[in-house]
Amino acid sequence: MSEARLRIGYIPLVDAAALLIAVDHGFAAAEGLAVELVREVSWSNVRDKLNIGLFDAAHMLAPLPIASSLGIGHVRVPLIAPFNLALNGNAITVTPALHAELAALADGDPSDPLVSARALARVVADRKAKGASPLNFGMTFPFSNHNYQLRYWMAAGGVDPDEDVRMVVLPPPYMVESLTNGHVDGFCVGAPWNSVAVEASVGCIQHFGSELMVRLPEKMLVVRQDWAENRAPVLAALIRALAKAAEHIEAIEHRAEVTASIASRLDVEPSLVSRTLNGVLKVAPDGTMRSTDRYIVVGRENANRPDPAHAAWFYAQMVRWGQTPLSEEANAIAQSVFRPDLYDAALGRPAPTNDGGPRDGIGAFIGPDFVPGDVAGYLKAWDLKRSGRPRLSIVR
Amino acid sequence: MTTATRRAAPGDTASGRIDLPGTCELAVTRKGSDLPGSGAPSVGEQRDASLKIAIVDESPIRAAILADGLREAGLTHVELIPETHNLLARIYAIDPDVIIIDLESPSRDMLEQMFQMSRVVKRPVAMFVDQSDAASIQAAVDAGVSAYIVDGLKKERITNILDLCISRFHAFSRLQSELDRAKDALEERKVIDRAKGLLMKVKGLSEEQAYALLRKTAMNENKKIVDIAQSVVTAAELFK
Repeated sequence: MSEARLRIGYIPLVDAAALLIAVDHGFAAAEGLAVELVREVSWSNVRDKLNIGLFDAAHMLAPLPIASSLGIGHVRVPLIAPFNLALNGNAITVTPALHAELAALADGDPSDPLVSARALARVVADRKAKGASPLNFGMTFPFSNHNYQLRYWMAAGGVDPDEDVRMVVLPPPYMVESLTNGHVDGFCVGAPWNSVAVEASVGCIQHFGSELMVRLPEKMLVVRQDWAENRAPVLAALIRALAKAAEHIEAIEHRAEVTASIASRLDVEPSLVSRTLNGVLKVAPDGTMRSTDRYIVVGRENANRPDPAHAAWFYAQMVRWGQTPLSEEANAIAQSVFRPDLYDAALGRPAPTNDGGPRDGIGAFIGPDFVPGDVAGYLKAWDLKRSGRPRLSIVR
Repeated sequence: MTTATRRAAPGDTASGRIDLPGTCELAVTRKGSDLPGSGAPSVGEQRDASLKIAIVDESPIRAAILADGLREAGLTHVELIPETHNLLARIYAIDPDVIIIDLESPSRDMLEQMFQMSRVVKRPVAMFVDQSDAASIQAAVDAGVSAYIVDGLKKERITNILDLCISRFHAFSRLQSELDRAKDALEERKVIDRAKGLLMKVKGLSEEQAYALLRKTAMNENKKIVDIAQSVVTAAELFK
């Protein structure tokens, strides 16, 4: 088989690990793929370059191919996601001042997201009473877990993300700077940026994404639907290369070389990458540590197999926050974006049985179990939701 | 026009004015272009002058080159947004019809947030929306420029604007590489001068003899003169 040449766009983040390692450690070459990785600066660029055919595939925010396939917020281009690059991997970081305020106002353990969300509601109420300007929170893109996780958390405590605080899009490399100079009071972003903020003593990690949702796809490998049809054998080879890379990353004996490799792609200290992969994180400038085995899941627990239930969950978040109206048809399209069938076929594996994860496959810290076929019913459970478009947030 | 914008506008300060080499070859005519849309009625041309254009660019030189070009083409409402921390507020205040942004600016994702909002007076859409015009999209991407255009604005009305932006972005890239080359040449010259000086002092050579020695050594070793000169300078540092 002659070598297939592929251009794949990515944003330098730890959750691109499976893609980076597949290329840098020879797993792609072993499948007959010559991959050129193209580092990008914005999700808009990644999406547009994939859409117009400059990229064959892309590392992409999991909700983004759904928005693109439904034509929400942008031109409709049918995209598919046949491989999940990572589950989880984000964290919510706040300024040390806000962190202290949340701790002071917490009715219970502030590391419990429901307790911290209720404390946040008190902070918001205090600021309103004093006539202070609302808190600003940064997230990376309108169609991102960062946006949905922040909103989910705040709303659980009764904070209306559109009325009570300002939500602003910030490119990940700007997050720490924005926290430092007071443009935002907190943010939700992927690794290594939360750790960078802690190291710079300007932020405290309030919650790991995995504390909010046990199992949430973060970034996926995304291709155009027509490309997937025309280049099926190449896509299958890419899926196999990624699966092997993901498995390689999880093996602890490879941790040092994998970490060094990712760190050089990201231009950061290897220790910032290893603490993410190991799930042992410094969460405050004073050296407080917190650990979990689920901070980011790259190649365990069938993490790589796309789950249409997750696609439906993302669609439900879009509806909940007024990005799109509810329709059964759109829900069906959303679910068809995630393609476990292509994953199974490429690896020659049968569909796995329930792996003992959360009942609904997501495991959010509060709220009813998610039922992919009943988004309407799920949304009824929430007091805080939007109809129509979210409001404009303008940072001072 | 706000103070910040006026400060960044070309022509107001001596440093803002850019002398573009080869400006004539990249001048973009509004009439007589062979691009689609050039046959727009003259009424459209009249109205184009009223289009408000915002340029989001952290490179003040490129922004100035772009703004100059647009103004020369008769587009008088051009505003520059050099910083990004209050990007949306600035855009909200300017309320532009067209937003031009560097494709390599991470701030593009901030602009995407505007698609989600109800209170923005006009809703912008990305240039990439119309995929029928693959050639112009390709040209824009090659040049590294991206544009957002207010929903409902006819494509014909902005084709020339985009075309102009593309050539100005190219012009900037050329300028940048010329500048880089000039800087490199200057650096090389400095190193060679230092090596010459060292040889003159240590070996009692004339300037011409010192240069001839560097050139001969370079030829013998099949290297550039600057590399030999650098070795001389480095060796001299070590012997200090």
